[in-house]
Amino acid sequence: MALTYDLAPAPDLSAFLKRRPGAKPSLELLVKGARCAACLGKIERETAALAGVSASRLNLTTGKLTILFDDEQVADPGAVIAALETLGYPASPYDPGLAAEAMDREGRRLVLCLAVAAFGAMNTMMFSVPLWAGLFGQELGPATRVVMQWWCALVATPCTLYAGRPFFESAWRSLKARRANMDVPISIGVLLTLAISFSETIQHGRDAYFDAAISLLFLLLIGRWLDHQLRARARSAASDLLALQAPSAVVLDAEEVEHRRPIAEVAIGDVLIVRPGERIPVDGWVMSGQADLDTSLLTGETLAVEARAGEVVRAGALNLSGVLRIQAIARSEDSAVAAIARLVEAGAQSKSKYVRLADRAAEIYVPVVHSAAALTFIGGWALGLGPREALLRAVAVLIITCPCALGLAVPAVQVSASARLFRRGVLVKSGAALERLAEVDHVVFDKTGVLTEGRPQLVDMPAETVALAAPLARASAHPLARSLAARAGPGPMATDVVEHPGLGIEGLIGGRRARLGRAAFVGVEGSILRETELWFGFEGDTKIRFRFSDRLRLDATETVAALKGMGLTVEVLSGDTPIAVAAAADGADIEQRRGGLTPAEKAQAIESLQAAGHKVLMVGDGLNDTAALSRAHAAMAPGTALDASQNAADLVFSGEQLGAVVDALRVARHARRLALQNFGFAAAYNAVAAPAAMLGLINPFLAALAMSGSSLVVTLNALRLRAAR
Amino acid sequence: MNIFMMLAPMSVFLGLIGVGAFWWTLRHGQYDDPAGDAARILLEDVEDRPL
Repeated sequence: MALTYDLAPAPDLSAFLKRRPGAKPSLELLVKGARCAACLGKIERETAALAGVSASRLNLTTGKLTILFDDEQVADPGAVIAALETLGYPASPYDPGLAAEAMDREGRRLVLCLAVAAFGAMNTMMFSVPLWAGLFGQELGPATRVVMQWWCALVATPCTLYAGRPFFESAWRSLKARRANMDVPISIGVLLTLAISFSETIQHGRDAYFDAAISLLFLLLIGRWLDHQLRARARSAASDLLALQAPSAVVLDAEEVEHRRPIAEVAIGDVLIVRPGERIPVDGWVMSGQADLDTSLLTGETLAVEARAGEVVRAGALNLSGVLRIQAIARSEDSAVAAIARLVEAGAQSKSKYVRLADRAAEIYVPVVHSAAALTFIGGWALGLGPREALLRAVAVLIITCPCALGLAVPAVQVSASARLFRRGVLVKSGAALERLAEVDHVVFDKTGVLTEGRPQLVDMPAETVALAAPLARASAHPLARSLAARAGPGPMATDVVEHPGLGIEGLIGGRRARLGRAAFVGVEGSILRETELWFGFEGDTKIRFRFSDRLRLDATETVAALKGMGLTVEVLSGDTPIAVAAAADGADIEQRRGGLTPAEKAQAIESLQAAGHKVLMVGDGLNDTAALSRAHAAMAPGTALDASQNAADLVFSGEQLGAVVDALRVARHARRLALQNFGFAAAYNAVAAPAAMLGLINPFLAALAMSGSSLVVTLNALRLRAAR
Repeated sequence: MNIFMMLAPMSVFLGLIGVGAFWWTLRHGQYDDPAGDAARILLEDVEDRPL
């Protein structure tokens, strides 16, 4: 490629250096493609040998490379990235951010609680097995029983208090907000169990449930940890996607030296360089240069817009052809993008009002169980049981119905569901997203980049005509020319090639001078740009027009048919012209379509649909979709979407296939079915266990057996999702 | 009964050592990169201590 501007010095990446007082400066990179021991050895050896690098370590599990530099003067991040490129591993700066670190700490704390609970459960069991034997008439003197109970108390109490903290804290937070989540009955149950067991032990009674309290926590913590892992993995995969589109800008200083800066550091008045293939980082006006801009992610329009000196360009537009030198007229948070971001925020707030399945179950469960326990105490006392026996039975009701199965029911199902979707290339951001997705009855597609491939493809041209222009097209980096070259296949390249930024490309084909580019550049007079097109012509010869259009995704029609087969209604909402929308909608067999919508109108359309009682799934990729994505009941975005859209979406799918939408819906519905089955099982179990506890038929052994048994059943039911086809 | 009074605290103590050891491995990041640790054992010339 004869692109002279590629020869500019490598941009300065020192903005990504992490400086900590008293420590060596470090750099975090995300390395693609490292899989084996050989890669690891090669990468660490080569980067550690670079000048100024004091140590280098690759995490093969996450693909993150940490580089320690000797000191700040010699630190050269660009050299490290260049060295990795030469080795064949593309790398980009990576900033995990504070949220990810907090997530890590939370995960470690849960693992530690899990370990303490496991230790407590096992060691308490050692003392409670002899107690169970005593229940069945085996030899166990009263003195031995008391010693065993005290040992149980000694081991189980500190472990329960420590391992139960995640539940106690969450229950306390929810009570302060005057709501009852699942952690409230769990905490009450566990603490009451401890209290009553102590009182029984002191009074030399029979019913000490220390083992039940701690093993209950152990099982619940497994569910809690699974839920955390699900969110942590989704988060790290999502932030990896963001890191790959490193949000940075090339800023020129007074001496015309290029520096790569994070977008947030760009100030008003800064001079920026935007090369072909890069996005405009902030709003600005063009000082010099000329280029075609793809604004489809901003407006949904597929037709490229030309930008000349003196014109204002909007952040988010993709530079297709020439080098632009622009001066920033807004900071990144004030750019046109930010107005859309505010709409997104409003939508996210409405979404956070969604009440999760488990919490809805808790709303029914808590009053029922707690009034049953109260009834047992009052009824038992009234029927002449004596206050101590009545209280014991009431606590037994609370213990036996402690929502262990409920606590595991949903996370276990959602973890298997998202693992299955992950293998299919669909990333689930949270468990709540799956629940919302399962309720959807109306699907809204964006056109550009979702129903269609989002890349212009050459429209039917005879092969010999394509072959004429191909030598020149092969020499160009312009997306349209690339598409043309791809159609022609491999072949000779034009010589003496000169690229005229924003206009086209000129060169010699078989000794004849030829041009490929805009109509005026090639020599066609009075042509109005109606659609995406390229002109080609030899000097003094007939000019040929190549038309390009955005092709429907290969499985778009099939996907729409499958969605309709599932009883869903399908609609297209697009910012593109009504004619272009109609063409795509006809191709995909969608009757409901609307074109020419602004981002706010799209969000409004979604809202009015939901006001009419529909639960909407929005599938979109553009910046103009983000407001709609955040307002919809559930949202999906393709992996090629802008980071803002991926942030607003609940699920992100990679790959070329739109069928991922159908798969995600199927799995979400299946997961919902299994979760409801689990709830049904838990309800049936409680319907048997609670009356038994009321009648005083439950002893510590039966309590331990029933609780672990029900957890096991629920988990096995969840695993059926993995086995499903 | 005497032997029980000796063995019971011993078994709990051994369990505590296990939890302590697990806590230590967790704090020292031994679960941060299972794939990398499996690969490093095959290489002779890379640094195998964490940064």
